[in-house]
Amino acid sequence: MASIDIIKEQCIGCKKCVGACPFGAIEIIGKKAEIKDNCTLCGVCVESCKFNAINFEFDVVENVDISNYEGIFVFAEQRYGKLKTVSLELIGKAKSLAQELNTSVTAVLLGHSIDNLSKELIAYGADKVLVMDAPWLNDFNDHVYGEVMVKLIKDYKPEIVLIGATSNGRSLAPHISSSLRTGLTADCTVLDIDKEERLLLQTRPAFGGNLMATIVCENHRPQMSTVRPKVFKPLEPDYSREGIINILPIPTPVERFVEKIKNIDNNETISLADADIIVSVGKGIGSAKNIQLAKDLADVLGGALGASRSVVDSGWIPYSQQIGQTGKTVAPKIYIACGISGAIQHIAGLADIETIVAINIDPDAPIFKVAHYGIVGDCREILPMLIKKIK
Amino acid sequence: MKIIVCIKQVPGTNEVKLDPATNTIIRDNIASIINPFDTYAIEEAVRIKEKMGAEIYGLSMGIPSSQEMLREAISLKVDKAMLLTDRKFAGADTLATSYALSLGIQKIGDYDLIICGKQAIDGDTAQVGPSLAKTLGIAYITDVSKIIEIKDNIMHCLKITDDGYEELKVKLPALISVVKEINMPRLPSIKGMKHARQAKIEIVTFADTDANENKLGLKGSPTKVRKTFVPTHEINSEIIEGTTEEKVNRLAEVLNSKAIRKGM
Ligand SMILES: Cc1cc2nc3c(=O)[nH]c(=O)nc-3n(C[C@H](O)[C@H](O)[C@H](O)COP(=O)(O)OP(=O)(O)OC[C@H]3O[C@@H](n4cnc5c(N)ncnc54)[C@H](O)[C@@H]3O)c2cc1C
Ligand SMILES: Nc1ncnc2c1ncn2[C@@H]1O[C@H](COP(=O)(O)O)[C@@H](O)[C@H]1O
Repeated sequence: MASIDIIKEQCIGCKKCVGACPFGAIEIIGKKAEIKDNCTLCGVCVESCKFNAINFEFDVVENVDISNYEGIFVFAEQRYGKLKTVSLELIGKAKSLAQELNTSVTAVLLGHSIDNLSKELIAYGADKVLVMDAPWLNDFNDHVYGEVMVKLIKDYKPEIVLIGATSNGRSLAPHISSSLRTGLTADCTVLDIDKEERLLLQTRPAFGGNLMATIVCENHRPQMSTVRPKVFKPLEPDYSREGIINILPIPTPVERFVEKIKNIDNNETISLADADIIVSVGKGIGSAKNIQLAKDLADVLGGALGASRSVVDSGWIPYSQQIGQTGKTVAPKIYIACGISGAIQHIAGLADIETIVAINIDPDAPIFKVAHYGIVGDCREILPMLIKKIK
Repeated sequence: MKIIVCIKQVPGTNEVKLDPATNTIIRDNIASIINPFDTYAIEEAVRIKEKMGAEIYGLSMGIPSSQEMLREAISLKVDKAMLLTDRKFAGADTLATSYALSLGIQKIGDYDLIICGKQAIDGDTAQVGPSLAKTLGIAYITDVSKIIEIKDNIMHCLKITDDGYEELKVKLPALISVVKEINMPRLPSIKGMKHARQAKIEIVTFADTDANENKLGLKGSPTKVRKTFVPTHEINSEIIEGTTEEKVNRLAEVLNSKAIRKGM
């Protein structure tokens, strides 16, 4: 197994490694670094040491023959014949990664009565679409979709598989990666290629966004990531683009372990995941009744309504609208926080937002530290005026 | 019924602060806590036990001090606890973690239901639950917000999705991961805390398992952290000043220029 040691003679107690360790597992005791019990052997500290005082021995891993794998798969998620936007974003991103690797992008489309979607995927940049169209694929199902994907990956051997970090994508991806015994990086926000090593560099937030980590999967294939919606822009669709549409033969249906009884869709017309504008309310809105003010603003702006945990815990808004560490992560273009203090757990749910607006009565509220525009004032007074003005 | 709850010890992020000088996370004196999502998993197991009778096992992989966290779980009415701890388990990514947890689960044996939290707040991956189910070869449902009924070995539940909810049915044994909406965890009772202090935590090391070393810890982890960095949040802030009327006018102007509104 891997091991780590401090070479005491070389350590000068400079503390560089202490800062580098993402797990707080190095301490300086008597001017020498010491590795504590909670070290996870991630090896991040090694480079930080200018004195070569950290002796880290990597394991020699059995080598999977990775040279057999080529090309990029994008899971084209759709729901009853409508593609999820993130799938198109991923095709655009995959296209640029494929250029660097000098390879092609294949969209994998599973479902029922979905023939018209293949052309759309090609218009957005896919070189090839693998389509499996069968009644038993109509409803998304982790196990059924998972088994089909595993089979396709074994047959086609892509070097990279990208899946949108939607609720379905994040539930499906670990099924595939575990079956194939390969790596999976969750909820990536940056993807790059290390050309020299032909590796996918997968960068993602951890610790509620306080730390970014770049993760690689060196010795296993495919390299898999789920990717957060709205971080990449889809290409301009070009319906004259040509691509290969490959209709796959239908295998015997995969047995279903989990049976769907029914869908209970949100009656919100715009979901938090898709909204370009979110008006979000905190405890400062004062009462359940006042939430209508924010709802009205969301309606005029064509946006969705979100909330802090305090508001959800008070029962004023359902949990499905909670934003933050224990709720949803959102990435609208504009986020308007009304009477939200801006606790770190709430901010953790705000990903790469172009414009954050904060309305809060307390000039020292932490939300102003992350807001692009701030108004110190009473949201109950400001919201009605703003709605009038915008109407 | 036998229920296994997977519980992870995480740094209490309430206190995550950045050191302005070095731009690193200040970790001194950060208390370790039960991963918040796992408290809902524990509570749900306890509610099932109270309703229909069950034996609850708390299972964790982590450093030796995770024992204290498992004690806390016992004070919350978990019956027995097992900690997988060994240097050979260290450095595990979600695949290797799932493998290690599956070893513990096989030791416990004969389970009907495994409950995980939706995700751990340090790594935020939400991968261990599904990956563990796959390793064990059982069905799983993620993001469960309500257990409607468990009867004749069939569980009905609600799952929260991007589009709303789905009502699903699964045959046990199965694994679920739960979201916050599922319940409101209780606080430990004095009696519970007393009991927990004396409770025995079963410690499992590598030698106690017949594990394949190549699938454990850093060695068994296909993913590696290449580097970490603190994101920079340099933003241009404008505090809009003036009378309330002026503030509203300026904000409306900003929203008008940024918002892409229908029909405009
Ligand atoms: C493990 C854990 C996980 C958590 N997860 C989440 C999460 O996912 N999401 C989340 O949101 N929180 C989460 N929290 C809770 C979080 O720490 C805060 O408690 C919560 O976000 C506060 O909500 P709030 O800002 O609405 O309420 P408060 O903190 O009560 O803030 C209300 C704000 O409104 C302002 N105000 C009052 N009156 C007015 C007025 N008339 N007009 C304008 N402003 C006014 C006040 O100045 C104050 O800043 C979590 C906490 C923990 C410990
Ligand atoms: N080391 C661990 N020990 C016990 N349970 C764990 C561990 N890591 C993850 N889990 C469980 O898996 C869930 C998801 O974790 P993660 O995939 O790390 O976000 C957690 O809420 C726990 O229930």
